[in-house]
Amino acid sequence: MGKKLKAIHYLNQFFGQIGGEDKADVEPLVKAGPIGPGVLFQELFGGEVEITATVICGDNYFGEHMDDAAEAVLAIIEGYRPDVVVAGPAFNAGRYGMACGAVCAAVAKRLGIPVVTGMFPENPGVESYRKDVTIVETKATTAGMRDAAQLMTRLALKLARKESLGAPGEEGYLPRGIRRNTFASETGAARAVAMLLRKLKGEDYVTEYPMPVFDRVAPLPPVERMYEITLALITSGGIVPKGNPDRVESSSATKYGKYNIGGLKRLSPESHETAHGGYDPTYANEDPHRVLPLDVVRDLEQEGAIGKLYPYYYATVGNGTSVARAREFAREIAKDLVRDGVGAVLISST
Amino acid sequence: MAKEIERAGIPAVHICSIVPISRTVGANRIVPAIAIPHPLGDPTRTRDEEKTLRRALVEKALRALETKIDEQTVF
Amino acid sequence: MVLELGRIPIEAIEWGAKTLIEGTVLHINRQELLERARQGDSRITGVQVDIARPGESVRIIPVKDVVEPRVKVQGKGGIFPGLVSGVETVGTGRTHVLQGCSVVTAGQVVGFQEGMIDMTGPGARYTSFSRLLNVVLVVDVQEGISRHDHEEALRLAGLRAAAYLGEAGRHVDPARVERFEVRRLLEAKPPATDLPRVAYVYMLLSQGLLHDTYLYGRDVKMLLPTLILPTEVMDGAIVSGNCVSACDKNTTYHHQNNPIIQELMARDGIDLQYVGTVVTNANVTLRDKMRSSEYAVKLLEMLGADGAVLSKEGFGNPDADAMMTCSKLEERGIRTVLLTDEFAGIDGASQSLADTTPRADAVVSVGNANEQIILPPMGKVIGDIRVIEKMAGGQSGCLVEGEIRAELQVVMGATNELGFETLYARGE
Repeated sequence: MGKKLKAIHYLNQFFGQIGGEDKADVEPLVKAGPIGPGVLFQELFGGEVEITATVICGDNYFGEHMDDAAEAVLAIIEGYRPDVVVAGPAFNAGRYGMACGAVCAAVAKRLGIPVVTGMFPENPGVESYRKDVTIVETKATTAGMRDAAQLMTRLALKLARKESLGAPGEEGYLPRGIRRNTFASETGAARAVAMLLRKLKGEDYVTEYPMPVFDRVAPLPPVERMYEITLALITSGGIVPKGNPDRVESSSATKYGKYNIGGLKRLSPESHETAHGGYDPTYANEDPHRVLPLDVVRDLEQEGAIGKLYPYYYATVGNGTSVARAREFAREIAKDLVRDGVGAVLISST
Repeated sequence: MAKEIERAGIPAVHICSIVPISRTVGANRIVPAIAIPHPLGDPTRTRDEEKTLRRALVEKALRALETKIDEQTVF
Repeated sequence: MVLELGRIPIEAIEWGAKTLIEGTVLHINRQELLERARQGDSRITGVQVDIARPGESVRIIPVKDVVEPRVKVQGKGGIFPGLVSGVETVGTGRTHVLQGCSVVTAGQVVGFQEGMIDMTGPGARYTSFSRLLNVVLVVDVQEGISRHDHEEALRLAGLRAAAYLGEAGRHVDPARVERFEVRRLLEAKPPATDLPRVAYVYMLLSQGLLHDTYLYGRDVKMLLPTLILPTEVMDGAIVSGNCVSACDKNTTYHHQNNPIIQELMARDGIDLQYVGTVVTNANVTLRDKMRSSEYAVKLLEMLGADGAVLSKEGFGNPDADAMMTCSKLEERGIRTVLLTDEFAGIDGASQSLADTTPRADAVVSVGNANEQIILPPMGKVIGDIRVIEKMAGGQSGCLVEGEIRAELQVVMGATNELGFETLYARGE
C-alpha cells in the first residue's frame, strides 16, 4: 500500500459545528481532521484516504463575499496539497450549494485538483456549477446523508486515484452536460443493429445522443424605415480577403473576421475568397458575391432602398463550429452593431 | 447567429440554403437560398442573370425584415 | 445470388522483383506498381511509394483515400466497376481480399479536408488504418490543374494501385472464405418468418467537386435513391471521391468493408431479415434533400421494412438529410436507428448537431470530432506535415516541433459514421 491519499472537506458553519444562522457570517477557517459529516466520510473512506483538514465558512459570508471567500478557501486548500476536495453535501440548501459549487469550481480550475460535491437536483448550485464540478445527486434533506456520503466517497476515491468516472447514471452524479469521447466494447455498427432490434421488439434501449432542445428568441418587430437604417452583413460562408489575413480556420473556427468594406463597391476573385472547408469552394472563389451579396446591397444603398451599408462585414466559418462558439461570436458582433446603431442585419449562410 | 443578434435587439434575416437547420437553431426570419456552395448565385446562368437572381433574394430578405411575424417564418 | 469473399491475410510487405504473395508476405515490384498507378495520366507528374507498418514511428499526411486491394476471380464484372473496370454488375461469384493491407493516397493537399494516419502513439488508437500495412502513394500533379482534376487523378491512381496489388491474390488459396447470400426478396412468396424486416439506408455525400461519391463510376449527385446488393458494395461499386473532414469521410476502404452491411448480413435469418440496402445522397439544395429522402423512404416502404439503420457521412448540412430521412421513416412507422458523429466543441459542452428532430430517438454516437488530441512527433513523415495547419480540425500554430495539438477531426476515420470504430461520446 502506497502513501495515504489526502482529502480536504469543505463545510458551512452549520455542518462545521460552529453554529446556526447566527454564525452564518463567519469567515473561512480551518480545523484539523474530519468534522461533523466528515466523520462518516472518513469511516467510509477507510484507510486509503485521510481527511487531513476541514475548511469551514459561513454561508452568508460566502454569499456576500463570493470572490474573497473563494480566494481565502482556495489559499487554505492549496497549502495542504490534497489529492481530492470534497464539499458538502449541501442537499437543497441554496446558499450552501452555491458555496460548495464555487469552492469546487475554483479548486478544479485553478489547482487542477479533482472535486466532488453533493446536492439535490433543484439546488441552484447545480444549475450554476454542474458543467465544471462533479455533483452527486442527493435527497433534499439530511435524511439522505448516508447515501450521499457513500456515493461521494466512492467517487472521491476514484478521482483521488486518478481513475476516470463512468457515466452519470452508473456513478450517481448529475450529468454535467458535456460530451466526452470514450471507447465502447463494440463497434458503432454493432451497437446500431443491436439498438434497432431492441427498439423493434419494444424493449428498453438508451439512445447515445438525446436530442437537444434549442431555446428560442421571440421575433423582433419589423424594420419600419428601411431607407433610413444602417444594414450590416454577416456571412458564415467564410468570405475573407484574399490570403485569409486572420487565418480564419476552414473548420471549427476559433475566430471570426471583421473586414472593412467602407470604400468597396464590388468583391472579386482577386480581392476575396472563401476560407470555408465544408463546401466546394470553386463557385465562391469565382465570384464571392455568390455568398456575400455586396454588389446588390451597394446598388440598393445607391438607390436609397436602405439608409446605408455598415462599413464592415463579419465572416465566420460555420463548418464544424460549435453552436456555443457561434453564439459567442454573435454576442461579440452584436455588441459592435448595437454600439454603432445598426438597424438590421442580413446573414448569409452556405 | 441570427437568434443571438435578435437577442441583442437588432432584427436579423437569415438567407440560407438549408432551411431546416436555420429553423432548428432558431432564426426567426428565414429566406431560402439557392444551394450550399452558392447561396446567392447560380453558376449555370450568366453573370447578369445571377445578379438579378441575387438582387431578388436580397430584396426578399429586406421585405422579410419589414414584415411583422409572430413565429419563425420562412419567406 | 452469392458472393464468396476469400480472405488472404497479409502480414508483411516487402519490395521484390515480382509482385506476388508468398505465404502471408506480399512482395511488390515497386516500379511496376508506380507505372500501374500512374498509367499514363498526364496530370500526374510523379509518384513515390512508401510502406508504413503498424507500430512504426510514421505519420502519413495529408491522406486522401484508403483502398483495400481486391480482385474479382469469378463472376461478372471487375473490381471498382465504372472506374477501373467495366460497368457490368458486380456482387456475385468470388472476390479475393488482401486483408490487412491497403493503398493510401497522399501527396499535395487537394482540399482543406484531408487527414492523417499515425502508425503508433495515441493517434493510432482512433483509427483502424493504423493497424494496416499501408502502401502509401505520394502523388504529385501538374501545377495549376483544377482541384477536380487533382482529386480525380489521385482517386484513380489509388484504385488502379489497389486493383494491381489485388491481382497478386488471384491465384492464391484464401485462408478463409466467407459466403454472402442475398435472397431474392421481391419473390412472390417470401419465406414465412416473423423476424423483423430490416433495411439499410446508406447515405453518400454528394456535395460538389470535392465532396463526392461514385456509384459504378457515376457521381451520385444526380442519383435518385436506388437499391444495391450488399455484395456489390464489397466489390467496390461505391468509391469515395471525398475531401470532406477526415474523421467522418467514408473512404473507399470503409465502403468495401461497410460494417453495417457485415453486421446485417451476419444476423440475417438469425434475429432479423435483411431486406435491402438503399443508397441515397446528400446534396446541397433543400429540394434535392427533400426529394432524395422522400424517394428513399418510399423504397423502404416498398421493401416492407419494419426497421432501418441509417448511416451518414460528413456533418453540418448532411445532418439535415439524416434528420429529414429519419423523421419520415418514423412517420411511416419504420423504426430507425441513426449513426452520427458529434461536433460538440473542444470542451464537449455545445450542441452536437446542426439539425435535430425529436423523432431521432435512437441514435448511435460515434464520437465528438472536436475533442482535442495531442499527437507527439513521429520519427518519419510521409507527405507534408505543414498542411496540418490548414486542415479541418487543425489551426495555425497547432504544430510545434512535430507535435500536433488538433481536433480528433484530423484523424482519418476516427468518427466514421458507418460505425467502423468503437469510439462514442457520452454525456457526463
